[in-house]
Amino acid sequence: MKRPDKRWLTVGWIAIAAAALAAGPAAMSVQVKNGQVRATPSFLGQLIAPVSYGDRLPVLEQQGDWSKVTLSGGQTGWIHNSALSKKKIVMKAGGETADAGVSGEEVAHAGKGFNAQVEADFKSKNQNIDFSWVDKMEQIKVTPEAIQQFLKEGGIQPNEGGKP
Amino acid sequence: MKTPDSSLSLLAKTVAASVALALGAGCAAVTQVGTSIGQATGIVSAEQSESINRSAQAIEKTFQDITPEQEYYIGRSVAATVLNTYKPFDQQQANNYLNLLGQTIAQFSNKPETFGGYHMLLMDSDEINAFAAPGGLVMISRGMVRCCKTEDELVAVLAHEVSHVDHQHGLKAIRRGRLTSALTTLGATAGQTLGGAELAEVTKAFEGTIGDITSTMMNNGYSRTTEYEADKGAVTIMKKLGYNPAALIAMLEQMQTKLQPGGHDFAKTHPAPELRIAELKKLLGTPPAPPVLEARQKRFEKAMSGI
Repeated sequence: MKRPDKRWLTVGWIAIAAAALAAGPAAMSVQVKNGQVRATPSFLGQLIAPVSYGDRLPVLEQQGDWSKVTLSGGQTGWIHNSALSKKKIVMKAGGETADAGVSGEEVAHAGKGFNAQVEADFKSKNQNIDFSWVDKMEQIKVTPEAIQQFLKEGGIQPNEGGKP
Repeated sequence: MKTPDSSLSLLAKTVAASVALALGAGCAAVTQVGTSIGQATGIVSAEQSESINRSAQAIEKTFQDITPEQEYYIGRSVAATVLNTYKPFDQQQANNYLNLLGQTIAQFSNKPETFGGYHMLLMDSDEINAFAAPGGLVMISRGMVRCCKTEDELVAVLAHEVSHVDHQHGLKAIRRGRLTSALTTLGATAGQTLGGAELAEVTKAFEGTIGDITSTMMNNGYSRTTEYEADKGAVTIMKKLGYNPAALIAMLEQMQTKLQPGGHDFAKTHPAPELRIAELKKLLGTPPAPPVLEARQKRFEKAMSGI
C-alpha cells in the first residue's frame, strides 16, 4: 500500500496551525449580571475587576472549572466557568446583531422572553404578591474577605475550589 | 385480517405512546426508539415519525433555552410567591449569618455563579420548611433552623437547598409544553418591548411557570429521587467545603423527632427523614456524629439566639 507523502502532511499541519492562530483564542460571554475576575482560579482569590452581562472575554487557558481571560484593558485574570457561556449574548435590538449564518444555538438574546417587563406585568396582575423582600434579599452580599475570615475562624479547610 | 379501523387505532395508540414516552422521559433517544418501532411495524410512516421526533426535540430544546437571566426572573417571582405565604423573619444578625453560610456553600457547588447570585432568608414560621427558588433564592423557616443543633447541621440544610438550585429542580417542575410559545416565538429579539397581546401571552406562560414550580415546592413536593439527588449533592458540597457530611444525618435524626404527622411542611413534601438517612448511609456508611467545635458553636448560637 502506498504511504501518504510526508511533505503533504507537513503542509496540512502548517495550514491547520495557521488557521488556529488566525482565529485567535476562543471568546466566551459573561452570562451573569455581575461577574468577577480574580487574580487566582479561586473564589478566595483577590478581585481584579468586575465584568458585566454580555461582555465577550477571550479565553487564554482553562484550569479545572476556571478560565483565564483577558480584560478589555489587557489585564488577565480568572473567572469561574459557570459565569460564562459559549453563546454570543446580543444586548440590544439593532445594536450588535448576530453574524450572518450564526444559528440561534450560538446566540442568546438578552431580555428575551421572561424579563423585567414580564415581571412588571405579573406584579400588576398579582398585586397581593410583595417583591420588597426579594429585592432586600438580593442586596445581601458577602465579601470574599468575610468568607475567608469565616473559614479561618471556624477552622474550615476547603478541599477543593477554595484554595487561593 | 386487520380492519382499517383497527390499524388506525393502533397507529393512534403507538403515536400517543411515543409522544407520552418523549414527554415523560424528555429523551429524544427514547422517542426515536418509539418511532423506529412504529416504522418497523409499518404503522407509522417515515414522515409521521420524523414529525414526532421533531416535536420531542423542540420540547427538550425549550428547557435548554431558559437562559440564566430568565431563570433569575422565574426565581424572583417564585420567591415572592413563597414569601406571600411565609412572612420573612426580619432579624439582620440571623439573616447575615445565614448568608455567610449560604453564599460560602454556593461557591463549592457545581454552579457557583448564577445570574443574580445566591441569597438566603429566614421565614417566620414554626413549620419545618425550606424552599430553593431557581437562580439561588433560598428561604428556610425558623422551625427548620430548630432542627439544627450546630453550624454543621445548618450547613447541611443549606447545602441541600443549594443543590436543588444547582440541579435546576425547580425548572424541571415546569409543565412540559408550557414554555414553547414564550421562548421560541415571542420576545425573540433582544431589548424589544413586547406589545399588548404578546406581553399577555408571555405573562400567561410566566404565571403558569411560577404556579408549576410553587405548587410542586409548597404542596406536592419533588419526587423521592429528586430529594435524594439533592442530599447527595449536599454531601459533595460539604466534603469539598470541609464540613463533615455526617451532620446531614444528625440533622435528619432531629427532624424525625420534630415532624408532626399530617403537617403541611416537610412531613408532606419530603420523603421521611428515616428514608433519607437510609439513602445517605449507602453513601457514607454509619459515621459517628461530627464533633462540636467551639468556635463554630459560639457563632452559631450567637446568630441564631432569637430563633
